[in-house]
Amino acid sequence: MATLTINGQTHELDVPDEMPLLWALRDVVGLTGTKYGCGMSLCGACTVHLDGEATRSCVTPVSAVGEREITTIEAVGDERIGEAVQAAWRKLDVVQCGYCQSGQIMAAVALLSENADPSDDDIDSVMNGNICRCATYVRIRAAIHEAATSLA
Amino acid sequence: MGIFDPKPTSRPRTEVVNISRRHFLQGSAGLALGVYLSPLLMRGGRVQAEEAAAGEGDDFSPNAFVRIGTDGAVVVVAKHLEMGQGTYTGLATLVAEELDADWRDVSVEGAPADAERYKNLAFGMQGTGGSTAITNSYEQMRHAGATARAMLVAAAAERWQVPAEEIHVREGRLRHEPSGNESGFGELVEAAAELPVPEDVTLKDPDDFRLIGKLDTPRQDSPAKTDGSAIFTQDMTRPGMLIAVPAHPPTFGATLASVDDSKAREVPGVVGVVRFAGGPHRFEGVAVLADNTWAASQGRDALSLEWDESEAFTQGTDEIVAHFQELAGQEGKVAARHGDAAAALEKPATLVEAEYVFPYLAHAAMEPMNCLVELGDDRCDIWNGEQWQTMDRQAVAELLGIAPENVSLAQLYAGGSFGRRANPQSDFVLEAVSIAKAARENGIEAPVKMVWMREDDTRGGYYRPLNVHRGRLALDEQGKLVAWHQHLVGQSIMTGTPMESVMVKEGVDATSVEGAANLAYGVPNLQVELTTPSDIGVPVQWWRSVGHTHTAFSTECLIDEAAVAAEQDPVAYRLALLDDKPRHRGVLTLAAEQAGWEKPLDAGAEGEQRGRGVAVHESFSSFVAQVAEVTVKSDGSYSVDRVVCAVDCGVAVNPDVIKAQMEGGIGFGLAAAISGEISLDEGVVQQSNFHNYQVLRMNQMPEVEVHIVSSSEPPTGVGEPGVPPIAPAVANALYAAIGQRLRRLPLGTSLTLS
Repeated sequence: MATLTINGQTHELDVPDEMPLLWALRDVVGLTGTKYGCGMSLCGACTVHLDGEATRSCVTPVSAVGEREITTIEAVGDERIGEAVQAAWRKLDVVQCGYCQSGQIMAAVALLSENADPSDDDIDSVMNGNICRCATYVRIRAAIHEAATSLA
Repeated sequence: MGIFDPKPTSRPRTEVVNISRRHFLQGSAGLALGVYLSPLLMRGGRVQAEEAAAGEGDDFSPNAFVRIGTDGAVVVVAKHLEMGQGTYTGLATLVAEELDADWRDVSVEGAPADAERYKNLAFGMQGTGGSTAITNSYEQMRHAGATARAMLVAAAAERWQVPAEEIHVREGRLRHEPSGNESGFGELVEAAAELPVPEDVTLKDPDDFRLIGKLDTPRQDSPAKTDGSAIFTQDMTRPGMLIAVPAHPPTFGATLASVDDSKAREVPGVVGVVRFAGGPHRFEGVAVLADNTWAASQGRDALSLEWDESEAFTQGTDEIVAHFQELAGQEGKVAARHGDAAAALEKPATLVEAEYVFPYLAHAAMEPMNCLVELGDDRCDIWNGEQWQTMDRQAVAELLGIAPENVSLAQLYAGGSFGRRANPQSDFVLEAVSIAKAARENGIEAPVKMVWMREDDTRGGYYRPLNVHRGRLALDEQGKLVAWHQHLVGQSIMTGTPMESVMVKEGVDATSVEGAANLAYGVPNLQVELTTPSDIGVPVQWWRSVGHTHTAFSTECLIDEAAVAAEQDPVAYRLALLDDKPRHRGVLTLAAEQAGWEKPLDAGAEGEQRGRGVAVHESFSSFVAQVAEVTVKSDGSYSVDRVVCAVDCGVAVNPDVIKAQMEGGIGFGLAAAISGEISLDEGVVQQSNFHNYQVLRMNQMPEVEVHIVSSSEPPTGVGEPGVPPIAPAVANALYAAIGQRLRRLPLGTSLTLS
């Protein structure tokens, strides 16, 4: 039995300790916005926040979460930076297939929380872990700048 | 097929929360709502009955493509899959334009499988591919919108007792200025629904377009894809659903010899283990069913399986390439010929000769292949990022021995496809059905969602075919191109599929030679040959831009070599050979101008060499030219810094979507150019996940500028045509930088400088 705080709510989950947080969120809690892409922390589609820190949920066992508060794409827009990032994504029509975009947005929100005005190099170094096969990178970069400007 | 002692289904260890479609109806609002309603239009069966209670009876649906509610909400039914290429937005734009709807009132839902109503007019069956979605729908969707508009106007004219010609419609409002009457769509739908559907309606003059060609039609799918609410197959659930993760053979053609599933059955959450049947074009194997994906994948990994590889394909990449190189030196089947290339090549003033090698490529969509199947007596309901409705439906019906009408296919968003989800053998859909069938036959009565893990997807076959191209060009004393001879060697995509009779003529698969057999450049003597080895057991498939993925590279690199041999500017040399190709000339000229081709490229830092290269290519009736700028460092590492792209796709329905598809196509093509390669060792695929099948990452993405040629030609596709030119443009730029011709893909992230 694991007790997790997800998007501000407490959940008691009867899952094995070693189950990655990704599958607990998706298959047990029913929050499917967080995506499976690789299972090896290679693509970033599964990115969530643990106490605001971008974390790959596909390699994070449920037992390793501890007391940290989990935020997923479903609730990140409740926060100021998350809302600004989602708005920028929509303003610039970043998405194509959209499958990776939850992870991209979660990574971008974490970046802007640490660095309010990132350079292209800052963006590249943080966002390099998030693969987009549609290659929406030009717009992701632009949307992060757009969100930074709107938050300034 | 047998089953290996399934556990009873009644005691799942973890609680699975099932998100029913009803839940979405309650929980979603606004634009996102429509996409979850797709089963509403399904013919027959439980799904329709279930939704009948949803109270859609007052809606106005003058045709299969548009439905307007009493609240004024406009639902466009999309016959084409949204897999990122912007089709939902494009189809909705066409309908909304002629309907004069308010874009904010418009939403989109996926069409059910129903070829009569939803066939692709370019294919004669229902399916998405070949960059045809907007091309084939341009008149049809506008007609659908215009018909609905005419009926709303007629209803208003009757209600207000005024002449219909005096009623104007704009942004979802009907107005009759002389009388001051005004109405939204919603108030008129019940009256409109009683009227006869007009057969002839007049479409707008393009000068009157308010949405087509404009920038104020934001993507339909942006909101749902930025807040996690968009539902892909991976996210779909049904009550009691189990997840099935399959074990596939280690080599193509291997068969199952023995199974020990004792450890798999010990994994908590595992409900059953079933052996599923394969076929001539798909895997057989063993699937582990569990109440969550983690348990199913752990169970699958715990299987102990022995395979019989006596009939399997066990060659390695080196053997295949060597074999193809040998074939390239022999005669092939003639795919195109005029003049006498052989004679002109006997004693050329200058000979340009080159051989190109292209690897197998995996599609590697972010969403691995998956498919949700619910079997009943004489019935099969499928939820899928469905790209190939008519053939999938037929194949499923045949497999189950039921009528095609009893197979429903709900078209969900696809997390990428790049061609993979339109499998000519319906491989992954049939695998999911086979698993569900095996489960049911063994007492597991549950909807089954088959999920391939990333490794299964990478190793799942149906790759872009490996190719070897040999080219020989003759130039005269002035450097003018006088003969062009190419021999292409690669497996056929269409042979052995239902499309073979249409696409393969006299041994030549049109998709193997597209972009080469119809070479754009004017040359008096041309011969293009094809050899199609049939003894290679690696399944192949179309991959975003199909034959053009390799033909654009060899043709555009060969012409570049000819320009250099002739000591002429690569753009000017091409233009001189494109006299009767105004649209090629148009994009090439535009891209060169915008890239500043006439001005020297800015020099790099000390120790860096910079270069600029160009390519122009027609695919799927669209024309794209790209100029790439590269920087090579002294250690051989390099970057693609900037790409200037010009595209002519006829009428630009959604300019921003076109721009996005060019940006994305460039990134997708660049991934293949730099690092895309599936290789085999003794028949075993060597790649498995994104660490060894590397795709483009953000730091590799160049700046991209897109320029759209203004055109009144009918619209053509943009999903694929952005891909072909980038690899040759980069290879030509690298030549310009370092003076080395790179003829084998992938280029790698670091070059060996000579």
